[in-house]
Amino acid sequence: MAYLELNNIYKTYGEGDGSTEVLSNINLTMDEGEFVAIVGFTGSGKTTLVNLINGLLQPTSGEVLFKGVPVTETSHERGVIFQNYSLLPWLTVGQNIYMAVKEAFPKENKKALMEIVKNYVGMVNLSPAINKRPKELSGGMRQRVAVARALAMNPEMIIMDEPLGALDALTRGNLQDEILNIWSQDKRTALLITNDVDEGIYMADRIIPLKPGPNATLGPEFKIDIERPRDKTAMNDNPEYKKTRNSIIEYLMDIGDERKTVSDVEYKLPELTPKSFVA
Amino acid sequence: MEQEMVLKNENSLTSSLKQMLLKLTPSIKKDGIIKSLKNTGITLLSILLFIGLWQMGSKALYNKEANYRVEIALQEQGEAAAVAERACIESGDSTCQPNTLPSPSQVWASLQSLIADHKVIRADKAAFVEKMAVTNEKMISQGQDPIVYTGRASFVDIVLTSIKTVFAGFLLAMFIAVPIGIVIGLSPSLRSAFNWFIQIFKPVSPVVWYLLVFMIVKTLYIGDSSDNAFVISFISVGLCAMWATLVNTAMGVSSVDKDYINVAKVLKLGTFQKVFKVILPSSLPLIFTGLRITLSVAWMVLIAIELLAQSQGLGLFVWEEFQNGANDSNSKIIVAMFVIGIIGFLLDRLMLAVQNMVSFNKNEMA
Ligand SMILES: Nc1ncnc2c1ncn2[C@@H]1O[C@H](COP(=O)(O)OP(=O)(O)OP(=O)(O)O)[C@@H](O)[C@H]1O
Ligand SMILES: [Mg+2]
Repeated sequence: MAYLELNNIYKTYGEGDGSTEVLSNINLTMDEGEFVAIVGFTGSGKTTLVNLINGLLQPTSGEVLFKGVPVTETSHERGVIFQNYSLLPWLTVGQNIYMAVKEAFPKENKKALMEIVKNYVGMVNLSPAINKRPKELSGGMRQRVAVARALAMNPEMIIMDEPLGALDALTRGNLQDEILNIWSQDKRTALLITNDVDEGIYMADRIIPLKPGPNATLGPEFKIDIERPRDKTAMNDNPEYKKTRNSIIEYLMDIGDERKTVSDVEYKLPELTPKSFVA
Repeated sequence: MEQEMVLKNENSLTSSLKQMLLKLTPSIKKDGIIKSLKNTGITLLSILLFIGLWQMGSKALYNKEANYRVEIALQEQGEAAAVAERACIESGDSTCQPNTLPSPSQVWASLQSLIADHKVIRADKAAFVEKMAVTNEKMISQGQDPIVYTGRASFVDIVLTSIKTVFAGFLLAMFIAVPIGIVIGLSPSLRSAFNWFIQIFKPVSPVVWYLLVFMIVKTLYIGDSSDNAFVISFISVGLCAMWATLVNTAMGVSSVDKDYINVAKVLKLGTFQKVFKVILPSSLPLIFTGLRITLSVAWMVLIAIELLAQSQGLGLFVWEEFQNGANDSNSKIIVAMFVIGIIGFLLDRLMLAVQNMVSFNKNEMA
């Protein structure tokens, strides 16, 4: 039995004439302990897909099975890092995370919970800002709080919706490693939405493109057979890495062009410029 | 490792930036002082201008009425009477003064006399209490009600009564409107059930609210000789002013950001937690905006309601002075007008301060 299974998922927003089918015929299976990355164009329905998996949305047709059970609501087993951070602005950084761990570990006492909060705030390098409110933080800092909040709940499966988009290359690399660390402990399962192909290749076992919407569906998967722990500097010279990277980018360019010939709508291509991995 | 070092450098960079900013602040402060001096200057100037215009206007009105009186005397009683009338007006005799918009100095004099009057009444009251102390003790020990001072209320007492009425009405409005607002904000079906009710009662005038409350309270107090004017006025004020809070609370609660609701769902907060930890905090700014409007409406309708309810506040004071028609009545009315305006302004500032305190998006507030 697969850990996560999406069978013939269709998702339509709205009713009647004004409705749009955002996702069409999505099929995906993930095994326990797997790290899957989904790359896609903006507006193609990535967040919609994430919300179907975490239980915030229900598919119009088809089913999402988590450990064989249909997903009908959210669960602490599936932690979510929201794309728009979704921090509660009236709470401080510490309080935002405390609220989450308190729900995740109802049996722990206050002191133990505070310890967890401090650990994760430290992990994302925000200890000096623990008593600040989101308004006082930069976008990247807020994103790190959102990462810390999701990871602090110690979920079995980590669902990440472009979790590192607002970060500079350095901080981004750091957090990628932290996420990989946490994922590899206790064989967690991870689903990463990203618009950065390099990030996907560095972190995931498989990369699956989501075609541009409407009626977005998943493209062919690309397996990343690079041994872990991966080393960014060494990876740059790895022929396997170069080959995979090129074929993914070529595929994305192709479906991007295809869309352009069908409609005049401009799609923003993912950032494909090679990154200097020297950190 | 290297990354960490870079991050540390980043921190020291921000701290040095901070220090630079700190060094800059004195000059910023200086600019601020100059600016606020300039602002006070402009305010003072506009106040002087206002008083000047008022002085000129009242003078013109005074002359118009004085000339008219002399003219009438001339036509009806002849030359001698006209001269006598002119002399009487110029002598400042109170029997023949034109009764019109008082000048700033007259208003100032009235303010002084109201304060002096207050001091006299306070002294009277203290003397009375002292005189009755022994008697009252005896009466209390015999289980009887003590004798209390029932003399004339001073201007300060009147203002205090008004403030008390507004606060009682405001609290009543808050305790009715906030809970109901939350409940109907949470439930779309209750919201549509209550909607007609709100739409119909919101525009009802203070006078009608007073009459409604009067009908009910009068019956409730039947056989009770105690004074119910205060009760009637504060309930009317509360009912009249609560609508802004009710509507704002319902709106705030029903329009919580979808992201926050998603967070509540992902964290799997219980209903209680969801309401108190997510929905209410996120609607607090709107609730307080509503309360601020409620307080200013309460203060505004108070005058009319006190007048109707014969409650010993500013409303009744203004009305009685108007009916009274004494020589300084008009200037006392103007004093009351300023007192009403200034207290209203202070109440609004107070609410604004509270509103800013509870608001998490400080820069989004007006
Ligand atoms: N609640 C909604 N109601 C109606 N349409 C929606 C809703 N949410 C999303 N959509 C539409 O569905 C499409 C996909 O949205 P979605 O947020 O899933 O895209 P995305 O891939 O996450 O985009 P991005 O990369 O910008 O985050 C968009 O065209 C959007 O307008
Ligand atoms: Mg998205």
